Amino acid sequence: MFQQHIGKRSKKVKNIVERGAVKKFAEAIGDLHPIFVDEETGRNSRYNRNIAPPTFPRVFDYGTIEGLNLPNKGLIHGEQTYHYERPLLVGEEIICYSEVKNYFEKKGTHGEMGFLVLESFGEDEMGKVVFTSTQTVIITEAVRKVLIGW
Amino acid sequence: MVAIEELHIGDELEDIQLEPVDRLTLIKYAGASGDYNPIHTIDSEAAKAGLPGIIAHGMWTMGNLAKLFSSYYQEGFIQDYTIRFKGMVFLNDVITLKAELAEKNGSISRFEVKAVNQNGNEVIKGEVFFNTYHD
Repeated sequence: MFQQHIGKRSKKVKNIVERGAVKKFAEAIGDLHPIFVDEETGRNSRYNRNIAPPTFPRVFDYGTIEGLNLPNKGLIHGEQTYHYERPLLVGEEIICYSEVKNYFEKKGTHGEMGFLVLESFGEDEMGKVVFTSTQTVIITEAVRKVLIGW
Repeated sequence: MVAIEELHIGDELEDIQLEPVDRLTLIKYAGASGDYNPIHTIDSEAAKAGLPGIIAHGMWTMGNLAKLFSSYYQEGFIQDYTIRFKGMVFLNDVITLKAELAEKNGSISRFEVKAVNQNGNEVIKGEVFFNTYHD
């Protein structure tokens, strides 16, 4: 039911790796390491500034993919990957967007299940990819029935 | 702390055991991440979804697991981090974070990583490819 969305992309959205957001995020995952939050440690590091934790891109705005209407309930997060060319630097600008990479259905223990693979991208100001991530969302039969009923 | 380059296959990073999961922690993660799915914070919404109680965001656990590597960023960085979400994390669960070096290939050290609960069940499992700088 999402096959027709494969290949669709969101419009690019400008994000900033904000110091306050990084600190709040690091605190929420219990990881207030000085490399993320202490300015002096950042200055003295090989990065010359603070960096963000690897799962920080969860915070970014990736824009919306037109026509892709996912419910905010009943989805199961199955898998998640991140690939980095380098760590994210605090204060830098990252241009983000996402794309429907794949959709397929499989019979599972909870009936027919849908697997939606979303790929997200983060680029620097020069358009060079800094990170990519993929998220596999499992859509259970119960949820799919509701969606079809729309 | 031993440098990642000096680890041998089968060596483990020091485990980290988290405090029992509490609601405020998940509320903070909701706020910090922007993931306000109410099954992570509100009992009645979790019940409506057929769950025995609120569950931690999978990404909260994945975020925690990466901290095994936070002291090594001067030496290298996490190039790839892949996770499969295997089990739910409930309030008061005690999660232990683990990483074991599985393979070395040039500058890349591949770790098998996981978070297990107090019953020894894996709640998330995956790999970290740590890329060491050589300059």
